[in-house]
Amino acid sequence: MADKIHVHSTINGTEVDFLCESRESLLEVLRDTLGMTGTKEGCNDGNCGACTIVLDGRIVDCCCVLGVEAEGKSILTIEGVASPEGLHPLQQAFLEEAALQCGICTPGFIVAAKSLLEREPDADEARIRHWLAGNLCRCTGYDKIIRAVLKAGEMINQGDGGRSSSAAGGVGAADSRDVYND
Amino acid sequence: MQEFEYVAPTNLEDAIRLMAEKGPRAKALAGGTDVLVQLRGGRFQIDRLVDVKKIPELNELSCSETDGLTLGAAVPCCLVYEDPTIQKLYPGVVDSASLIGGIQIQGRATVGGNLCNAAPSGDTIPALIVQEATAIVAGPNGRRSIPVEDFCAGPGRNVLQEGEILVALHMPPPKPHFGANFLRFIPRNEMDIAIANSAASVLLDDSGQNIVSARIAIGSVAPTPVFARDAGNLLVGKEANEASIEEAAEATKKVATPINDMRGTIDQRIHLVGVLTKRALRTAISRAREG
Amino acid sequence: MTTTTDKGTATPGKYKVLGTRPVRHDGIEKVTGAARYGADINLPGTLHGKVLRSPHAHARILSIDTSKAEAMPGVRAVATSKDLPIIQKHELQFGAGPAARVLAENDLADKKVLYKGQAVAAVVATSPHIAEEAVGLIEVDYEVLPTVLGWREAMKEGATLLHENLTEKFTVSRAGAGDDTGNKGNTATHLQLKMGDIEQGFKEADTILEREYNTQTVHQGYIEPFACTAQWVPDGRLTIWTSTQGIFGVRGNVAAILDIPESMVKVVPMEIGGGFGGKGTGYMEPVAAVLSKKTGHPVKMVMSRKEVFEGTGPSSGSFIRCKIGVDKSGKITAAQLHMIYEAGAFPGSPMAGGATSALSAYKIDNVLIDGYDVVCNKPKTAAYRAPGHPQGAFAVESALDELAELVGMDPMDLRLKNVAMEGDRAATGVPHAHVGLKEVMDVIKAHPHYTAPLGGPNRGRGVATGYRLNGGGSGSSATINVIANGTVNLTTGSMDLSGTRVAIAMQVAEALGLSAEDVTPQVVDTDSVGWTGGSGGSRITFDTGRAAIAAAQLVIEQMSARAARLWEVQPEDVEFVDGTFVCTKNTEDKYSFKELAGRLMATGGPVTCSAMDSQGGVGGALAANIFDVEVDPETGKVDILRSTVFLDIGQAAHPSYVEGQMQGGTLQGIGWALNEEYFYTPEGSMVNSSLLDYRMPISLDLPMIDCVLIEYPNPRHPYGLRGAGEHPIIAPLAAVANAVSRAIGTRMRTLPITPGAILEAIEEKNATN
Repeated sequence: MADKIHVHSTINGTEVDFLCESRESLLEVLRDTLGMTGTKEGCNDGNCGACTIVLDGRIVDCCCVLGVEAEGKSILTIEGVASPEGLHPLQQAFLEEAALQCGICTPGFIVAAKSLLEREPDADEARIRHWLAGNLCRCTGYDKIIRAVLKAGEMINQGDGGRSSSAAGGVGAADSRDVYND
Repeated sequence: MQEFEYVAPTNLEDAIRLMAEKGPRAKALAGGTDVLVQLRGGRFQIDRLVDVKKIPELNELSCSETDGLTLGAAVPCCLVYEDPTIQKLYPGVVDSASLIGGIQIQGRATVGGNLCNAAPSGDTIPALIVQEATAIVAGPNGRRSIPVEDFCAGPGRNVLQEGEILVALHMPPPKPHFGANFLRFIPRNEMDIAIANSAASVLLDDSGQNIVSARIAIGSVAPTPVFARDAGNLLVGKEANEASIEEAAEATKKVATPINDMRGTIDQRIHLVGVLTKRALRTAISRAREG
Repeated sequence: MTTTTDKGTATPGKYKVLGTRPVRHDGIEKVTGAARYGADINLPGTLHGKVLRSPHAHARILSIDTSKAEAMPGVRAVATSKDLPIIQKHELQFGAGPAARVLAENDLADKKVLYKGQAVAAVVATSPHIAEEAVGLIEVDYEVLPTVLGWREAMKEGATLLHENLTEKFTVSRAGAGDDTGNKGNTATHLQLKMGDIEQGFKEADTILEREYNTQTVHQGYIEPFACTAQWVPDGRLTIWTSTQGIFGVRGNVAAILDIPESMVKVVPMEIGGGFGGKGTGYMEPVAAVLSKKTGHPVKMVMSRKEVFEGTGPSSGSFIRCKIGVDKSGKITAAQLHMIYEAGAFPGSPMAGGATSALSAYKIDNVLIDGYDVVCNKPKTAAYRAPGHPQGAFAVESALDELAELVGMDPMDLRLKNVAMEGDRAATGVPHAHVGLKEVMDVIKAHPHYTAPLGGPNRGRGVATGYRLNGGGSGSSATINVIANGTVNLTTGSMDLSGTRVAIAMQVAEALGLSAEDVTPQVVDTDSVGWTGGSGGSRITFDTGRAAIAAAQLVIEQMSARAARLWEVQPEDVEFVDGTFVCTKNTEDKYSFKELAGRLMATGGPVTCSAMDSQGGVGGALAANIFDVEVDPETGKVDILRSTVFLDIGQAAHPSYVEGQMQGGTLQGIGWALNEEYFYTPEGSMVNSSLLDYRMPISLDLPMIDCVLIEYPNPRHPYGLRGAGEHPIIAPLAAVANAVSRAIGTRMRTLPITPGAILEAIEEKNATN
């Protein structure tokens, strides 16, 4: 059995310690060791972007990063994009623009696009397409994804933190009042 | 993936020792976008992976009009193409660093790693050659400088000896009226391995009309990227016009020796080398006239 | 930009919910990473399985030695075909014996391997890395046989046979059993469709065009690799969590393969990361089950991307010879197709799909179609979105475009001259129902894209249409439970690949006068809902929608009875209008759905209603694409400048998800046309089994895709819905080929149209001029 290495890192703002073999990728660590399955495996060789995370401020394919390389680093995954106050404008825009169908590529796109909009909230269609060229989608034809990112950019520029919950659409908003009329 | 020992030395001497101890059973890890994929695919068997990203010299990135560009081997592509001085002074290198994979790959992959990987299609290599880059290498027997055009020995093989590590790439300060461009041909608009690529640099005289010197390098058309020395020398003293460009492109095609494979045919690749070299020369010349 | 036009003859529906765009119910989970796909489950004690795959395209398996693998620390068990009861009980045969026997052979090969990548054995271990290493320790003794790579080799005189017991079946109907010709070979089926007198028809033609078209093997390209977990409790039931398009299909196949009662198997659907037909078949579930039984642990198996390419079913490569004759007016007097589809290792290519659709949008009196299903040493094909149709449409729609150019006719006018109307017979002999084929073609021709200036040199515009007739009707079940606060739960067994959860919920909302948000849909396991056929064939919004609407009608009936009780009238005195229960005897007596829902417990108990629908009637529909492309004549690079896609959707349930299907199908068609192919060595090894070299379109490769939804209501659905899932992939292949051909002035008849192929074609054209 291979020896395990103790790694300390910050994931979605929380300090995390984990053990991993040197050969385990950060993708495996996130999904299998830490149970954070929001980040997906599509190809395991850096060609589809489904495993996109932010590592020390840069988007990377974490299938091409070893777990041990996360030592001392700060990581953002899809699980850290929304906040307790609500969805990120990108998540909201993806829902409103129907920018997902099967949804498997969505976490990678959202993390990648979030990084772009933080740098360039005014990114236009060409820039967005270029930035997202490393994220493959097979369902949508990219059209609605691009529109969602454009919309999120507008929302961010207008200062609408988009932190309202999805109750904008009302879907999934639980009605916890059990009313039994007499 | 096979098991291996992972070490992350914080200085160059330790790194050299750790590499030398294992000889061919040790591999250096920078960005990992080639090495990890290859390890997973069983391309080589190793005992030890030496992470070089904590070594200060390999993280150096300095660029000035007086000292040129020193690009540490562990510096990721994104830092190269985001640097405004490098954009201005070394546009050919910026061209190629921004073409490797997508943004995610560019956040990890390094120019130094791309060179060491020594793929015939390595996107940075022709650009480095035409910028007169030299590879600064350190090993058990000390340091040496290798012109980039002499760095690759065959497909996936470089001239590094056991225990040697690429420390940095150095490019001389650009002269006025100098321009460079790198182009590659791929079937999609990003993410592909080049079917052919070409880099060109020119130095013009003060009038901007005549070529003082030129370098052309091509890739994906031979076991290693090729420095088309003669084709570049052809341009010395010539007018920077279409006729010269055409002549140089034809001469460049002559040193292309591609194979047929799933990505392209011999004829297609030779033809593309001609087309790309012409286009790269045109852009290099117009950049030289602006600079 | 999306436009919707009403072109139907039925009264256009004025719907409250259908046609709007609510946020999908499973959306939050999917944008936050909380949704659980096939590989996202990790039960305690899970072991990890990996498959050993054949390195040879064609070989006999002489022996398998797993001892070294079993001895490796961390390895807990191995499996081979010996462990699959159906293989031990039944010979491998075609057209007889249990259907699952062939599937089992594809899960773990028994006596022969028939493609590189075919599963031969499996190992389970404490980590995926150990399992992977252990796979390398299994020793298989192969007797390598000659590779029969494609249809050309397979159909040669004296070709090596893949199956000694395969004889050619001749049939004149897609569904018929046909006649066994007794001819041994690699051709499994010859389908022949005939109408009129083909020789006479060609005699009447003034212009005849005969051309040959080739397409290569392509993959559906779903981003999520196959993944499943099996837990077989000792002396108990087998539970399987899997990413699949059909949980009941998996249950039935696994039970048959393992020779256990279906009632012992429970299949739990995980969210599915793309399927496009390719996940209608499973590969690893029975193997994982066997390994779970042997170890007493849950066993998880996930494919690598390379395994997805080499070990799952792509779509067929094809060869189609198309001959069409037209008279001076442009009327097609005769059309003949010779179609060869590669089935891969076992019979069952989608040849019949192509044969029955390629000419079917047109009224042609004299037709002869010969289709051949041919086995060869490639992976067994699986469905890929309108299976067989894109290949057939590529040939016919390219030929029509070339013919239009030849006779100086507008390509849409040529189609309109020949379009089939209600009652006209398709090549299958079946008369067309109420389908708006002409109406769709009129919309295409009138669209601004059709006549916009191209705006530059080296540009071309291509148009093509694609027809598909869906049956549906394989059976869907639905249950609706009313909640006291006036909302409802909707339970179905239809996997949601693309937004069907919300589309079905919207139909229920429409029926019950609720908002979409008031319906909570869930997709459940095989224990929890009535039998339901797989998600495919463009049928879910239609079939499961009908089942859900039927359940909703039962809800209305039952709740009407409760209202009657409260008002002390008869149930027939209660009407449900605009979401309100009204007493016809005293119109001041009203209950909203919500009010009445709050009174159910007091009036007899909860209301829960289930229904099933298997009538079918999804129907036929036409889709189309217009592309503008620009070709760089120096490099052969194609850039897509503009893309418009058309679909007769009947009535859009959720327009955004219909558009999504249209845009996604267009993207797959573009990839199929320009860049995607399985690249093989002569020995039958795929050399580009990665997403680097199997080149699917990226975001930089296309512009926005404009959608035109044409609503020509389907009389077989209460709200007029048609299917949308498959049609959009049919036309793009020819539309792209037509655009490129017109841009460079020479015809491209082999896919993919790579830059290298374009350069060669331009060179050839210049040489001959």
